[in-house]
Amino acid sequence: MKTAAEKAKQPPIKVPRDGPKLTGTKLDAKLAVTWARPPGFIGWLSSVDHKDVGRRYIITALVMLALAGILAAVMRMQLSQPDNDLVSPARYNEIFTMHGTTMMFLFAVPVMQGMQLYLTPLMIGTRNVAFPRLIAFSYFMYLGGACLLWFAFILNVGPDVGWFAYVPLSGPQYGIGKRPDVWAQMITFTEVAGLAVAASLIVTILKQRAPGMTLARMPLFVWTTLVVSLMVMFALPSVALASGMLLSDRLVGTNFFNPAERGDALLWQHLFWFFGHPEVYIIFLPATGFLSEIVPTFSRRSIFGYPAVVLSVVATGILSFGLWVHHMFATGLPRVGYSFFTSASMSVSIPTGIQIFCWIATVWLGRPIFKVPMLYFVGFVFTFVIGGLSGVIIAAVPLDLQLHDTYFIVAHLHYVLIGGAVFPLLGAITYWYPKFTGRMMSETLGKVAFWMIFLGFQLAFFPMHIAGLMGMPRRVYTYPAGMGLELPNLLSSIGGFVVAGAVLVFVINMVLSVRRGPIAPPNPWDAPSLEWAASSPPRPYNFAHIPVVGSRSPLWDEREKLPVVHGLRVEERELLLTTVMSASPDIREPSAMPSPWPFVAAVATSVMFVCSIFSPWALVVGAIPGGIALLAWFWPKSPTPHPEPVIS
Amino acid sequence: MSLPPAFSDDVSALPTHAFSYRSVTWWGIIGFMVIEGMFFVLTIGAYFFLMSHEQSWAPQPWDPPNLVWGTLFTLVILASEIPNTMIKKAAAVYDTDKVVALMPWSIFIGIGLIVIRGLEFNSLNVLWWENAYGSIIWALLLLHATHLATDWIDTVVLYFLMKTPHATSPRRLVDVDENSLYWRFVWLSWLPIYLLIYWVPRFFR
Repeated sequence: MKTAAEKAKQPPIKVPRDGPKLTGTKLDAKLAVTWARPPGFIGWLSSVDHKDVGRRYIITALVMLALAGILAAVMRMQLSQPDNDLVSPARYNEIFTMHGTTMMFLFAVPVMQGMQLYLTPLMIGTRNVAFPRLIAFSYFMYLGGACLLWFAFILNVGPDVGWFAYVPLSGPQYGIGKRPDVWAQMITFTEVAGLAVAASLIVTILKQRAPGMTLARMPLFVWTTLVVSLMVMFALPSVALASGMLLSDRLVGTNFFNPAERGDALLWQHLFWFFGHPEVYIIFLPATGFLSEIVPTFSRRSIFGYPAVVLSVVATGILSFGLWVHHMFATGLPRVGYSFFTSASMSVSIPTGIQIFCWIATVWLGRPIFKVPMLYFVGFVFTFVIGGLSGVIIAAVPLDLQLHDTYFIVAHLHYVLIGGAVFPLLGAITYWYPKFTGRMMSETLGKVAFWMIFLGFQLAFFPMHIAGLMGMPRRVYTYPAGMGLELPNLLSSIGGFVVAGAVLVFVINMVLSVRRGPIAPPNPWDAPSLEWAASSPPRPYNFAHIPVVGSRSPLWDEREKLPVVHGLRVEERELLLTTVMSASPDIREPSAMPSPWPFVAAVATSVMFVCSIFSPWALVVGAIPGGIALLAWFWPKSPTPHPEPVIS
Repeated sequence: MSLPPAFSDDVSALPTHAFSYRSVTWWGIIGFMVIEGMFFVLTIGAYFFLMSHEQSWAPQPWDPPNLVWGTLFTLVILASEIPNTMIKKAAAVYDTDKVVALMPWSIFIGIGLIVIRGLEFNSLNVLWWENAYGSIIWALLLLHATHLATDWIDTVVLYFLMKTPHATSPRRLVDVDENSLYWRFVWLSWLPIYLLIYWVPRFFR
């Protein structure tokens, strides 16, 4: 047997490789076998295809959106008239906690990461993500967190301490029972999942871009994915640490947040918002990435000011870590603290403004076509600018102190998050739906849903500004008659149901179009980026040959033939690694085969996390099955190594 | 694919492994260090936040931790870099025999470090539930202990893998190289924590 030193110098072995002699249907047939998912339920659990995992993330997140939406509908019914007793005060606490927690942790971040997982490898011209088993594991962890929260709610032990679970309310003294523990451990699940996806995406983007796709030629959506994934790495540990400290305060009697024993409740707020504010941009920046793809396609020209948009995304990512204290203005701060965080909060609007002006300039200089995705762009600009401006207003401390914890803030955050993230997401789903499914969505139903959600949204959330200015507090289950709050609340409730109807129309459109939509060609919108070079829906291996990129708009600049490299193995899973900056071909890298062990590891970890709500020893005992599952995941499955590397 | 291919370069002659920043797992480990590093940085931030409220640190009447075991741990973990570097260099030149011969040293030193870590917990002069000072000291030490344990298990698994025919795959030596890299993170991250647990509570009495 050759030694490692001898093997390191050996020339490539003679096996079938893609190239001029092996292309077309013959190649497709071989690659389809190599990259296929195993059959049956075990095969489903074993899938490591980024498209499978991305799709699962998106669908699960949309289910979470529906569940949290139902809770929103219940709240709006409760608030539609004064002194209503449809929902008890305690139940109302649970409902707004579940709504916010689900929307932020189980819908918004996962749906964006699902889109990133599905689209990134296609956009950069590779066959799968780096560490595909890690993202398979991450999905099951996310699902575990979602199940923990919602089963707890159904069993009447759901959290009732708000989506940010402030101590001392969530601490051992006031947060009786296991409700806050469920919230805190759900955080652990989702943060493990989110961090795993971020790590995988960063390495994928840095090392697996198509030859020639320098950083300056990367699609803008990929830029936002890179920046957001880095933000996830720096922000998510903060909330994971905070929730870990909360659990240990509650379970083993530490005193991190207990002022009576030298702890500090404000430590919680700092750790939570050091995560919580970047979180807003972790949700918002992918949406700007969607728009930076949609706007050029439907304006029939490349984006105006590509470098400015990239720098804006990077600047937003950096600035977002310097704003967290504006959530804590009401806690009392040194004067210099107020000044710093006010100016930082105002300055973050500058890069976002630059992006919006670049999109408007693109439309202005192009020949825009107002298909449904583009309508969502228009809806975004209108709505997000209002939300952004109300954000600049409340960055001023005196006004913030007046409006803190009122419905004005509720209006602001929904304008920013729905206008800034959900509208672009709906546009993005419509835009990439033909890539996901091979079918087009109905344009008519799409327009109906757009106008319903756009107008319904304004009706639901604009009156909340008024209610807030009139002093209506957040998180209170009802309000007395005769204070002038009846009309804005009734309008909000009516608007809320219009929004719910719009989402229903959108979902019906999605479901009907899977079977009945017109068949989509590979590039139905004549878009410029690489994902549209793959078939619709993409084959399990994405590209038969790895494409070569010579510009920012490869499919607009190469209309006849797609330049490709060749020479990758076709009977084993193999990728091409390129250099970080210039994307020159560097290494042939094996890609992991399907495996059930990530699922088993996720189950073992989930059991450990859930049991650790009740006993700290669960972490010690539970580490054993988790460790065994990880060992089985990594250990090579064949007794001897293959002639060229394989991850079995 | 939507367009017919125009063939350019043949990549079949490219290598199937590489060390350092050319390897995807190297980037994965860097990512892991960033995440874990953030946990350390934030815990250290919490330490200073709690310390800023106190007149003295460690708070009166608690004594600072005893120096013996923590200092011994620091000396041993610094010394562990000697076999670690030797293993890393042997891996880089594909010297499997030397790697297999040296890895038990790392494993035995790791066992020693885990034992000393146990004694450290016993010498902090405060328990985790007594006050927030005790909580944060224990948190720092425990957080680092998890890194110690996981990298030790990783090293043991890798050692047994290197005893199989899979050791003849150059990629396994990349694994060894990167395991050594991670160990550097484990001992480098210990140095500020050592100061915070053992010396800062002496400086600010």
